[in-house]
Amino acid sequence: MAKVKTKSSLVLGRVVQAIPTLIGVIVVAFLLTRALPGDPAVYFAGPAATAESIEQVRVALGLDKSMPEQFLIYCRDLMTGNLGESISTGQPVLSDVMSRLPASLELTLTALLLSIGVALPLGILAATQPGTWIDHLCRLIVTAGVSLPVFFTGLLLVYVLYYLLGIAPSPLGRLDFIYLSPPQVTGFYVFDALIAGDAETALAALRQLVLPAMTLGLFTLAPIARMTRAAMLQALGSEFIRTARAAGLGWTKVLFAYALRNALLPIVTTLGMVFSFMLGANVLVEKVFAWPGIGSYAVEALVVSDYAAVQGFVLTMAILFVTINLLIDLAYTAIDPRVGFDG
Amino acid sequence: MILSDGGRTIEAAVPLVKVDNLSVDFKTRNGIVHAVRDVSFELMKGKTLGIVGESGSGKSVTSYALMRILDAAGYIAGGRVRFSSIDIGAATEAEMRDLRGREISMVFQSPRLALNPIRKVGHQIEDVLRQHLQASAANARQKAIEALRHVRINNPEERYHSYPFELSGGMCQRIVIALALACRPQLMIADEPTTGLDVTTQKAVMDLMADLTREHGMATILITHDLGLAASYCDDLIVMKDGEVVESAPAEVLFKAPRHPYTRKLIRATPHGTGTIRELLPEDSPLANRPVPASPKSAEHKTTPILAVKNLVKEYPMKASAARRRGEPAPVFRAVDDISFSVGHGESVGLVGESGCGKSTISAMAMRLLDPTSGSIVFQGQDIGAIPAGRFATSEQRPRLQMVFQDPTDSLNPRFSAARSIADPIRRMGKLGSARAIAERVEQLAELVGFPAHLLDRFPHQLSGGQKARVGIARAIAVDPALLVLDEPTAALDVSVQAVVLNLLVDLRARLNMSYLFVSHDLSVVRLLCDRVIVMKQGRIGEQGDCETVLEHPTNPYTKALIEAIPHPNF
Repeated sequence: MAKVKTKSSLVLGRVVQAIPTLIGVIVVAFLLTRALPGDPAVYFAGPAATAESIEQVRVALGLDKSMPEQFLIYCRDLMTGNLGESISTGQPVLSDVMSRLPASLELTLTALLLSIGVALPLGILAATQPGTWIDHLCRLIVTAGVSLPVFFTGLLLVYVLYYLLGIAPSPLGRLDFIYLSPPQVTGFYVFDALIAGDAETALAALRQLVLPAMTLGLFTLAPIARMTRAAMLQALGSEFIRTARAAGLGWTKVLFAYALRNALLPIVTTLGMVFSFMLGANVLVEKVFAWPGIGSYAVEALVVSDYAAVQGFVLTMAILFVTINLLIDLAYTAIDPRVGFDG
Repeated sequence: MILSDGGRTIEAAVPLVKVDNLSVDFKTRNGIVHAVRDVSFELMKGKTLGIVGESGSGKSVTSYALMRILDAAGYIAGGRVRFSSIDIGAATEAEMRDLRGREISMVFQSPRLALNPIRKVGHQIEDVLRQHLQASAANARQKAIEALRHVRINNPEERYHSYPFELSGGMCQRIVIALALACRPQLMIADEPTTGLDVTTQKAVMDLMADLTREHGMATILITHDLGLAASYCDDLIVMKDGEVVESAPAEVLFKAPRHPYTRKLIRATPHGTGTIRELLPEDSPLANRPVPASPKSAEHKTTPILAVKNLVKEYPMKASAARRRGEPAPVFRAVDDISFSVGHGESVGLVGESGCGKSTISAMAMRLLDPTSGSIVFQGQDIGAIPAGRFATSEQRPRLQMVFQDPTDSLNPRFSAARSIADPIRRMGKLGSARAIAERVEQLAELVGFPAHLLDRFPHQLSGGQKARVGIARAIAVDPALLVLDEPTAALDVSVQAVVLNLLVDLRARLNMSYLFVSHDLSVVRLLCDRVIVMKQGRIGEQGDCETVLEHPTNPYTKALIEAIPHPNF
């Protein structure tokens, strides 16, 4: 009983630990956007503005107040869920982010599932048969995955699968223009279309997803496959595997219940890192496939000094990172009974 | 089978295990390594066979070949292994899997590593039972608890839910034994089952294994480097060296009248409570007949000790959230509890005890690597306990107080050559400036510890255990220390290498006029090297006095138990 208690308090403690991180993120997001070069007031007053109209814009944006004052206003707005208005789109940042985040998430999650689906079996096979052709194949894919930049693989896939073979649909956004986007429930087009009972749209959305997800997946496959191989090799070389073999346990039992479960910790760590990385770094993929995600949104906002949008992006990303890390830590305690007890 | 054949039943004449000219090869990058060559033996039902040898002798590989659980690079290159009526070499993998765990099972060394760290021990036992259809989903749990009770684990219902990291080493080994015995196999192979366990735990584990195997009429193969242990628990012994059997005989015959020179060397090298340190060496060694130099005790030996430790205490805080909430002071664990002792000039003092008794904590504090909670450490008249451990590295006393560490491999920087390891303390603390002077000093030190000069450029992984131990010693004496703290310097070495290193230490002490604080778990080694011994238990001194007195006439019951637990055959 005592152990159950410690475990739940451990989880609770970890959740509480995330709070200071979030506060830090809020402060940093504020400071970072204020430190951006360029004066937003000048930019938004337009090229024909006079000093007077610039000043008007500055007052309207609240940029004439002192930094602490601006910070307080920013915090108060945050409490009410107000992230400010994007000056370039004219929309509230929150609704901008909310409409674009699902697109990025849909792409990232699909790519992650795709690369886990390939990398995990590949890594396990390579680890169980080191030095064989499958091991060499794993090494080749890993090397290709890390050394080919995403915009290149993206363009290559578009060239081969769309232009030459014509299998894939045109790489323009989340849905071909002949379809209407499904009513929003989850924000994921495939699910939303299915919920609406529109299988044709769902299929079309899925087809649009394939190319960008493959591009992104190919890139993230490398670290996952490599870590799986290394962790499995180490686990398979452990003495408890020899014990299990000497006890006559079946190969699948040894491989999955004994080796893989022990190898899971580093693999989960890598997954978390890869996921966080993908979310922020898929700007290039979004650009190549005209994907209306949050990455391209942030880049556009950054270019025009749209500080509210940038701030909103930084905040959203940071909250996602913190959540993912929290989930990974919680996964640790589920996988490894030693976590939190030996420290 | 009741047919009689000259007084012996015919059944007894059919061995359970019959190994004929077994050879095992390993494919490595540098070609094929013949790990085991031409090994033959047989084992009758209910008998115990000991395979004895030092590291690299092929004793473990032989047993792995018996179960066909060799590494991927290893394979049976020749000969035949028969178990009952089964040809192990020709059996399919599926047949072998049925055999493993059900008919032949294995107990491994380092029990904590041998168990799956993130699976409940009860479930691990269930896995074996279910695999061999000895239990169903319904009764697996109850049978696993039975198996735990069988190896005399208290509260088996509770222990069923434990993970290996929550259990002591001895307890883990009981679990491994429970795992091995769960399906009542006919043969149990125990591969160094007590390495890393304390002597008293070793005795408990070995007695338990002997009882259980006798109870079930099982045959046992005990693989060990410890001849004393093998002779105490086995009917027959095989001695292996470099992959070959050099001698095999009933235990008593082999122990009393060894024929092969290597067996004789091994028996001599095993410390056994009598004789001098020279008698550990082979008869034909030039050193063996030299007199043992007396401790370089000077006139001031008794009057001013080189190291005087007074009322030394080391406390560690324990997890105390409950106590803190109630406003009580946080509980502490006293690793070292009010210890006082001294080491005289030129004297060797042994610090003996089982794991967790605080001996390593004391040595780390005396070495000024760890700060005591209270108490004083007076070294050559100066209270060095007052200097924080973090700043002691720059103290002028640092070179006077040096240490030889337990693991010769882990205590050397893997990227330093032997010469650089030895030269490092000279560069940091010595007076020698020029590179040439340092190189000369390193060569001189190498000669002093018997390290071949042409190996000085080698890295730790290119050296043998004994050579690494010599580098560790040379490094420690490089800056002319007055007191050397030796933390189990031979625990990781083979007995024959240990014999040589212990003799080297005795000679060095006389030659360089040093004092030793020798930390060990092994009373028989301490007896050979030390003048006085301090027996520790749970952070306190149980007994101290002259080695001879304490070992011959122990007054403390714990000391008695320690001495009795040292395995020695009764013939």
